[in-house]
Amino acid sequence: MSHDNKTLNNPDRRDFLKVSLGLALTSTGGVSVMSLAAAEASGTLNAYVQINADGSITIYAPNPEVGQGVNTSLPMIVAEELDANWDEVVCEAAPIAQHYGMQFAGGSLSTPMRWDELRKVGATARTMLVQAAAQEWGVSQDALSTRSSMVLHAPTGRATHYKNLVSRASLLAVPAEGSVVLKTPDQYQLLGNRVVNASAEHIATGQPIFGIDAKTPGMVYASFVKCPAIGGVAKSANLDEIKALPGIIDAFLIEGTPGPYNFDIRESYTTQSGVAIVAKDTWSTFKARASLDVDWDLSAASKDNTRDIEAQALKALAEGKVDEEIERVGNVDDAFANAAITADATYTTDFVSHAQLEPQGVLVSAATGKVEVWTSSQTPVFITANLAKLLSVSPKEITVHQVRGGGGFGRRLSNEYVFEAALISRKVGAPVKLQWKREDDMAFDYFRAPTYYRLQGAVAQDGQLTGWKNLLAAASADGKKANYGASYRPFDFPGKVIKNVLIEQSFVPSQTPTGAWRAPISNVYAFAEQSFIAELAHATGQDHEAFLLNAIGHQGHIQEDDPASLNTTRAHAVIKAATRAAGWGRELKEGRGLGLAFFLSHAGHIAEVAEVSVEGKSITVHDVWVAADVGQVINQSGLENQLQGSVIDGLSTLAAQSISVVNGAVVESNFDKYPLLRMPQSPRVHVDVLNSGYSPTGAGEPALPPLAPAVCNAVFNACGQRIRSLPISKEGFTVV
Amino acid sequence: MANIKINGNDHSLDGLDPTMPLLWALRDHAGIQGVKYGCGVGQCGACTVWIDGIATRSCLLPVAALDGQTVTTIEGLATNALHPVQRAWIEHDVAQCGYCQAGQIMSAAALLEKNPSPTDDEIDSAMRGNICRCGTYVRIKSAIKTASASMVASALFYDATSTEETPV
Repeated sequence: MSHDNKTLNNPDRRDFLKVSLGLALTSTGGVSVMSLAAAEASGTLNAYVQINADGSITIYAPNPEVGQGVNTSLPMIVAEELDANWDEVVCEAAPIAQHYGMQFAGGSLSTPMRWDELRKVGATARTMLVQAAAQEWGVSQDALSTRSSMVLHAPTGRATHYKNLVSRASLLAVPAEGSVVLKTPDQYQLLGNRVVNASAEHIATGQPIFGIDAKTPGMVYASFVKCPAIGGVAKSANLDEIKALPGIIDAFLIEGTPGPYNFDIRESYTTQSGVAIVAKDTWSTFKARASLDVDWDLSAASKDNTRDIEAQALKALAEGKVDEEIERVGNVDDAFANAAITADATYTTDFVSHAQLEPQGVLVSAATGKVEVWTSSQTPVFITANLAKLLSVSPKEITVHQVRGGGGFGRRLSNEYVFEAALISRKVGAPVKLQWKREDDMAFDYFRAPTYYRLQGAVAQDGQLTGWKNLLAAASADGKKANYGASYRPFDFPGKVIKNVLIEQSFVPSQTPTGAWRAPISNVYAFAEQSFIAELAHATGQDHEAFLLNAIGHQGHIQEDDPASLNTTRAHAVIKAATRAAGWGRELKEGRGLGLAFFLSHAGHIAEVAEVSVEGKSITVHDVWVAADVGQVINQSGLENQLQGSVIDGLSTLAAQSISVVNGAVVESNFDKYPLLRMPQSPRVHVDVLNSGYSPTGAGEPALPPLAPAVCNAVFNACGQRIRSLPISKEGFTVV
Repeated sequence: MANIKINGNDHSLDGLDPTMPLLWALRDHAGIQGVKYGCGVGQCGACTVWIDGIATRSCLLPVAALDGQTVTTIEGLATNALHPVQRAWIEHDVAQCGYCQAGQIMSAAALLEKNPSPTDDEIDSAMRGNICRCGTYVRIKSAIKTASASMVASALFYDATSTEETPV
């Protein structure tokens, strides 16, 4: 996802309260009335808050849920300001509609982008309920308070539940934005507590709540077979033979668009070319694929070979080939000329797949002019307009339902599978459940890009890091700009901290599609940067923690107006918390090591320390200590879960995950060749959340980047071997 | 053709392709969707069900092999009340995306039904066939220990009450 910091600064939609204040009422179950002012202004009965006749309060979560917990944490924000009794709150996914704004899940932005908005929603609704009680009882608003879905009048001891006040409240004008007072953090009753996820019981009892479970009457099942060499086009296939197989309803070519494919999640509505197989059930489509014979036109197909990409990248770095300058600060030549010690090291990472456990799939009904979509997309907000173009229908005829997704990690940001299903549904004239096989998911991903960083550092006589050079080789389809995630984004560290910095890049050709993978760029760059910092500390005989703290310095908040920018005070605090928890500096047995890393991404300041033991090339990760500052905590349980999970994901990815490409086609097809971490390899994860008093920021991504360098630094500490390639299996290591 | 008992009810799988894996028979034909498709090759465990009480990957098991057997899915795990493993999963707020968790719970419950007090190594060994892509292993392990304690305690309770001939 893009990392436009303005999104954090300006949650925009200033007219939000006018158009979507949610105080909808139900008398016997259905939404009946809402604030007249809001209804007039919007012309729609939309709502975040619905107070039901039985006293339960439905709160809608606007952003998609793919495991990051916003189905619970976003309603908690509303409930806090509303003073709702959480035990009576029902969390629901909001419909996809314009007045809910940017309904997407990416860039760890769901929480920060909704923070002001949802607090105002809750506080405004609370204010109106208080006004209604004041009218009803003929008392001053100032004498009223709220608690646990009740309005209380202390002088008389009167109390009534919100459900008794909705009728009157709904007739009130929406209070002016400035007149609604938000709580201060010391008044929070709910935020910061451990709250069990709203879907926990549904999950534990196997309720059909995922995208793959969506059903509609008359639906048929489809599989879509694309060209193994990515970007090839289907010329012909043995369709008659396929159509004669048991259970098959239809089989046909979809013309699609030849490669290469850009990661364009906002504007694109293209699909790859391929063969659709439609059947009465999923298995019949899968089974028919074994009999399918397609003649592919490979003229536009990728010719990539990962071995060549890597060889060209390493050659460019060794030769110092520069195509473009990215960032220049001070004078690096002087810094290196005057250095006491310099170091030079090259770090590489491979393509990786998202491997979210629920493979891509969707239910689309596009047989008639009325189009309906049930999807676990991370960007449902971008579906309607693009689908309207693809199908030549009015956006008004399209309804998109958001359904829980079995993992996202960035994979569900692109919606090409929705467009595939729409084309198939239109052709067969029935609602279509499209199910990608795992093999499709792994072969046709927008992968995490491979990266190649040559880092050089200069340390002055006094031990201070004074010069930093980074020459990177970036995969590029056109030789003019880097493919998504393959390059570098100027971070505050080193660019705004170290006095002399030069970042340059060289392009290497690659057509394999790449996209956003959990904490894009940070996830790979952190490995190189934080490993190299440890190398510099070691080369100059300094303690790693001391060297790191000194390198980060004491500038404070580097860009005051940008909450996502580096704050050295917060950085120091998390580093010290992690090292303290891990017992940094303690005596360790032979073959054991501690490793430290810090990284700031998605506004989250995170430090991690790993403890490992190394026997030969076998690494056991025993413990990981995480210290995190992501501002105000919304749901302590959900936050800890994200931090623990990021550590496991980081370890899973660094161990042995690598996508290789031969003649444009992905080699690995399933979890047998693309292993995910399993429980016996899983370390203990200790989490320390620092509540710094800043506004909340997202937790889905920032704890992942520091894990790889923390583990690799620990391996060096344990056995003296410096790992500079991910996955570490490339250097013969395994995680046991 | 296969006649099987699913969650206590008799089902005929007549008319289905005998090579169809149980996973797809359950999902597309029996209306039982708690069981999940993750890999189709027995690697991830999202499709775990019990066959005659034994945790089994349903994605590789053809329905033709199942005649007369008893299938239990996540929907059939709770009888009168939630299974202790389900309760522990909720208490520990284990799930992130939740897609793997039905399979995790079926594996964990099968372990505890056989071995109510497993060691850490026994837990690792029983659960190694179930992948959690979100990385909830820390909580899964804690939840299994909570469920274990609960099952051991209730077994002791039943033992104690039965020796005193108290109606339970």
